[in-house]
Amino acid sequence: MLPNINVVSLVSVGRHPQSGRARRAEQDGRAVELGLNLAGNTLTVVHAGNAQEPVLRQYAGMGLPSLTVLAQESDCDALPALVSFLKDKHIDVVLTGVRAESGESSGMLPYLLAEQLGWPLVPRVAEILNIKEGEAEVLLALPRGQRRAVIVKLPFIASVDNAAQEARQTAFGPGLRADFKVLTLERVVDEAASQWQINIAKPRPKRLKVVKAKTAADRMKAATAKPVGGGGKIMKDETAAEKAQAIFDLLLEEKVVR
Amino acid sequence: MMLDWLPPTLIGVLLVLAGIGAVRRMNLWRAGQAEKVDILAGLLAMPKRYLHDLHHVVDRDKYISRTHVATGGGFVLAMVLVVFVHLFGIDSKILAWALLAALVMMFCGALFVYKRRLNPPSRLSKGPWMRLPKSLLTFSITFFVLTLPAAGVLPEGFGGWLLTLVLSALILMSLSEMLFGMTWGGPMKHAFAGALHLALHRRPERFGGGRSTGLKPAVLGETSHGVAKPTDFKWNQLLGFDACVQCGRCEAVCPAFAAGQPLNPKKLIQDMVVGFAGGTDENYAGSPYPNVEVGNAKGAPNQIITDGLIHPDTLWSCTTCRACVEECPMMIEHVDAIVDMRRFLTLEKGDTPNKGAQVLENIIATDNPNGYSPASRTHWTADQNLNLMKDVKQADVLFWVSDGAFDMRSQRILRAFVKLMKAANVDVAILGDEELDSGDVARRLGDDATFQSLAKRNLATLSKYQFNKIVTTDPHAFHCLKNEYGDFGSDALQNVEVLHHTTFLNQLVKDGRLQLDTFKGGKVTYHDPCYLGRYNGEYEAPRELLASLGIEVAEMERSGYRSRCCGGGGGAPITDIPSERRIADMRMEDVISTGADMVAVGCQQCTAMLEGVVEPRPVVKDIAEILAGQLIDRQSIEETH
Repeated sequence: MLPNINVVSLVSVGRHPQSGRARRAEQDGRAVELGLNLAGNTLTVVHAGNAQEPVLRQYAGMGLPSLTVLAQESDCDALPALVSFLKDKHIDVVLTGVRAESGESSGMLPYLLAEQLGWPLVPRVAEILNIKEGEAEVLLALPRGQRRAVIVKLPFIASVDNAAQEARQTAFGPGLRADFKVLTLERVVDEAASQWQINIAKPRPKRLKVVKAKTAADRMKAATAKPVGGGGKIMKDETAAEKAQAIFDLLLEEKVVR
Repeated sequence: MMLDWLPPTLIGVLLVLAGIGAVRRMNLWRAGQAEKVDILAGLLAMPKRYLHDLHHVVDRDKYISRTHVATGGGFVLAMVLVVFVHLFGIDSKILAWALLAALVMMFCGALFVYKRRLNPPSRLSKGPWMRLPKSLLTFSITFFVLTLPAAGVLPEGFGGWLLTLVLSALILMSLSEMLFGMTWGGPMKHAFAGALHLALHRRPERFGGGRSTGLKPAVLGETSHGVAKPTDFKWNQLLGFDACVQCGRCEAVCPAFAAGQPLNPKKLIQDMVVGFAGGTDENYAGSPYPNVEVGNAKGAPNQIITDGLIHPDTLWSCTTCRACVEECPMMIEHVDAIVDMRRFLTLEKGDTPNKGAQVLENIIATDNPNGYSPASRTHWTADQNLNLMKDVKQADVLFWVSDGAFDMRSQRILRAFVKLMKAANVDVAILGDEELDSGDVARRLGDDATFQSLAKRNLATLSKYQFNKIVTTDPHAFHCLKNEYGDFGSDALQNVEVLHHTTFLNQLVKDGRLQLDTFKGGKVTYHDPCYLGRYNGEYEAPRELLASLGIEVAEMERSGYRSRCCGGGGGAPITDIPSERRIADMRMEDVISTGADMVAVGCQQCTAMLEGVVEPRPVVKDIAEILAGQLIDRQSIEETH
């Protein structure tokens, strides 16, 4: 646990994949776990939404003395509320899940927050190793159990990957007794979202898996080998303009820009 | 030199000291939580409870029951008479002779106690208990000699001051044990605390052949849940711990102890005593928790129990099989205490070991322990053509399917049972996806909040429909429905017969509604599931069913009320505390030792546990499966004619 570090974990209402029932979201739970390991009891946990939501007690049951709720209705945009709560508060680290389990579930919130606050975003964090002298040493989760260590200046926003430590068990008693600090902020209706028509997604049929490997060694290789990108190109000695052109070409090719 | 005043004075002083000790001890118990008990009725019922219920349990070991009658009866009678003859100095030959007779009886009993202690079995505690037979013998001999003059056998003043002095020393020795020790924590404490425990028992329904096995609901929403400190127990639970006579019968039957898990019910109860009386366990002289050294546990009335007195693994080792409770001559409630302490660990500390947290989370989010989609609960009935309560609204029998619905092995039991019900033309319906987990696992894991939520929601569903009987193949759900759902103020199960499928099938067979062929598959033994047998007293129906197939059950040494647990109860497979041996393996050894080719079971949990034992081993089948295999299909017979 690190002293004098101001950590905020943002939590949402999750959705159980089998029952569709509200639950403590998998990644948000990990964000709280990571926050608790960093800041202990000084961790601030924030939810933008309905303060009466029983699932919030499940987060509180992880041992939070209190939980801050930015009260808003379901048709409101969480982003402005969070921005106005987070700015000017001398916060060092904001932890979120990678994407919510309900609602838009776009995974954009950490990016938009970072953009509006002007802070760096560290995506898919597995662990925060160290915070000192205004810098944090962070392990990013890469596919197949790989990690990348990066150093980032405070304050920053990190989205927490499934590779991070699992959320601790929630206990009924402390959850029940936790104090909810409900803040009422200016109501900003999400105009765009109110125009959308939302349907239940149907699971896509799965492609049959054809096992090509003949031996156990082949299967092991298939399971562990890194995907080899065929079209990748490393540009080191080229000029900045050439590098930019290459990126632009790629974006065009992938139809990101038209 | 006249020393005649000395013996009566000693008796008087020790009686007073015993009285002071009694008050002190009672104050220790009173530190517990309030619990309403009918004290007067209890005290009045106490002699009957002692002579009937307690003796009934002690009598399973004839040697010690006769020994105890002679010793205990002799002592109580002698002590009363000693007060009249020697303290009050009532000069009566009749009283004196009666006293002599009581002392002879006690002496004979004490000789057998002594003999037992020459080479005591490992379950018995040693230490101060080893000197008890000597104290008993000293008491009887001393007062015998002291009474001889009063009975007129010896002249008054016989032996002079020297004999009086010797007798006084012996009186001091023996009465210190018998009176002082009784209320100041010696081995004789069991007589004092035991008598009061019988009178003020938390489950008075257990006396007179009754049964009371449902856990008491936890009060939710207080500042803490479950038992954290010894003073969080009810006061009469503390009293109950003090009643322990350290006979170790619980230890001898405990499956976790036999498996080498860190649990010994006797030590647990002694640790509870250390907790509310304060101190350490260094004076404990019985078997330890397997692989845990004695002497390091410290406790105090207001100290958290799992902080230094008991390791949580001890509490999680219990399978809640109730073998210890069934076997305890003092009728101590071990399982209640263990679950009370588990409630604190789960509800307050969020510290359920291994898969516990995940299972509880699944139950909360999906109403089944494995997190399956609630909409897939009825998939197993796709080809069964069963009525749903939602459609028919009423039926004679409601079949409570339980979470076996998600498990392919259990589904074979469910199908077999449905086949039998169809053959008997039973008007049956199921709840389908409306059914939820019974809450058994959540409750045994200490999560009473989730249990209560499930119970209330299940009761709300049940109250929507009309049915006369509710039948289930799962003894755990059966126990919850029958003994635990009643605490939640619903009339959904009023006037409804809650039955285990073996009981129900036995009724059908007796009514001639099932035509069964004789079984010719070799030798069969029967494993009594804890939650069917000890929890609900159903030992006969499964055996009668097997007998109806012409099966003569090859009984295991431990069967009926002494059946050994399969290891599957109380969430034990979920918390999975490391052990030296697996409980299921030990049970399968019991099965194999009968030479049986098949073990009949009445529980899907037991089936899973016993089938988990590596082959070669006898076949494991639920009684419903065996019956379904022998069913003579009336329709096909009619068609062929």
